[in-house]
Amino acid sequence: MPEATFLDANELVINMGPQHPATHGVLRVKLKLDGERVLGTECIIGYLHRGVEKIAENRTYAQFTPYVDRMDYCAAVTNGMGYVEAVEKLLGVEIPPRAQYTRMILAELQRIASHLIWLGTHALDIGAMTPVFYTFREREEVLKIFEEYCGARLTTHAFRIGGLQYDLYDGFERNVVKFCDYFLPKIDEYEQLLTKNRIWINRTRNIGVISGEDAIALGVTGPVLRGSGVKWDIRKAQPYEAYDKVEFDVPIGEHGDTYDRYLVRMAEMRQSVRIIRQCVERLGPGPIFGKVGKVIKPPTGEVYHSIEAPKGELGYYVVSDGTVNPYRVRVRPPSLLNLQALDKMAHGHLIADVVAIIGTIDIVLGEVDR
Amino acid sequence: MADEKKELPKAVEGAGTQKPATEGGGASAQAKPGADASSKPPAPAGAGGGAPGAPAKPPAAAPPKPAAPPKAPIKPDPWSSPLLDELQKRFPGAISEAVIFRNMPSLNVAKEHLVAVCQFLKGPDGGAYNLLTDETAADYPKREKRFDIVYHLYSFEKNNRLRLRVQVGAEEKVPSVTGVWPTANWLEREIYDMFGVVYEGHPDLKRILLPDEWVGHPLRKDYDILKQDEAWVKANLGIGSGH
Repeated sequence: MPEATFLDANELVINMGPQHPATHGVLRVKLKLDGERVLGTECIIGYLHRGVEKIAENRTYAQFTPYVDRMDYCAAVTNGMGYVEAVEKLLGVEIPPRAQYTRMILAELQRIASHLIWLGTHALDIGAMTPVFYTFREREEVLKIFEEYCGARLTTHAFRIGGLQYDLYDGFERNVVKFCDYFLPKIDEYEQLLTKNRIWINRTRNIGVISGEDAIALGVTGPVLRGSGVKWDIRKAQPYEAYDKVEFDVPIGEHGDTYDRYLVRMAEMRQSVRIIRQCVERLGPGPIFGKVGKVIKPPTGEVYHSIEAPKGELGYYVVSDGTVNPYRVRVRPPSLLNLQALDKMAHGHLIADVVAIIGTIDIVLGEVDR
Repeated sequence: MADEKKELPKAVEGAGTQKPATEGGGASAQAKPGADASSKPPAPAGAGGGAPGAPAKPPAAAPPKPAAPPKAPIKPDPWSSPLLDELQKRFPGAISEAVIFRNMPSLNVAKEHLVAVCQFLKGPDGGAYNLLTDETAADYPKREKRFDIVYHLYSFEKNNRLRLRVQVGAEEKVPSVTGVWPTANWLEREIYDMFGVVYEGHPDLKRILLPDEWVGHPLRKDYDILKQDEAWVKANLGIGSGH
């Protein structure tokens, strides 16, 4: 942290959080202030630490699947997808196309749901109260689809190692397409509220600027990295499931500020709709489970598998010693590493902007602390 | 395999089972399929997490499964690439093993050369691995050098990933790579927190997820799953410790 202060005024250190509505959970940020200007931040995390990685070593591969849903609870489907894919990679199994497309549909719906939470809370933090009601209304439709598919809304446990537990219910495709038709105009509605809103622009333009190089150096991934102009999406760069068979664009920003990240995420939701429509078209009949035994016992070895979660690169490093329990499971949470960039992004801004920056990083503390 | 017998009771007992963390993992930490298949060795003496109170599981409850047809063990293949040759030329003796498993090349790097190798890999000649995706550790208590520090690198230019591995003993210090990739800051703090691996040259090495006064490093294999810092829990939460 820099030592210099304005006019030698005394520095003030205050705590933001852990009980603070705009820190999205139990994040505590020690702010070093000169008046209202931020000279440095220090994040104190771990309030929600549950030892997920330790739990994994004491469960079988399949038993651990529901636990990953509890990390990023706003995007349980993608969490589960990353884990089951990592184990499938370790086993060396392929899953059938129907299961792949189903996974992609649900994962993209989850991306929309996660971005909707981000949009609603981020706008609420900044002072725009209306969007949160709208976004939760639309998110509800996504959760209804999840609920009808697997019985759970939030911690879905939607996928199994090797494929899916349930085949799709009758009318799933219809519901999904109906949602897509319903949702696209809603994005315009949000944009009408915010994109050209002068207050919104004043609060987000040039706030929390991070350059592409700095973002890469700090390990920032996902929409935050793309907002800084780095065109990198794991779905494109190293496709998993059937992402190489669908068409979509990777929206990027230009300035690396909060406003650009907002635009990137809004555009991503449109792209997700596009992906979902293509997946529904390709969703043919067929098996939903690959060749995986009842007892999952991968060969000795280790894999690292990462997917593009709504918040960034979500990676799983799984080490097998040939038994039914993973020897080591490491989760590479996007939120944790994106949060590390907070200090860089908040430097020199006002306290009120810290709230905007935390919102724009889009953290979920369940994932930061694991 | 060693775990086969215990499988059934474990599945039945479910979440309540107090399984010593070292049982399955420790026995085959060296990844020797042959040694695994032999009868289960007695609990390792050095492993403190052996849960003294837990009775041995009744092996009779699980009928042995029909022997599966012997399969050829899946092994990582040796990896060769121009990058590896270049590394071996520039840093003789730094790379002790280079394998590829499931499309992911993995290099064992000597601790002394770690930072230099990382600098090189980050540079344009080394493949521009400028994103440190992840840094983590794994504990193999039976090995002479107990910890694996694992680095996952990504190169935007080449669009590929590379794994580096450094083996260190319990008392050894590891050179920090924060100077190469600032990302490593929190990642190394987490490894310090969870494994007790001490880094040399880290700007701010302290616990990150657990409270500062916590005693012990939970992701070590000899740290039982139900164990915790009883004194801390008592003092701060005023409750018993879960045992």
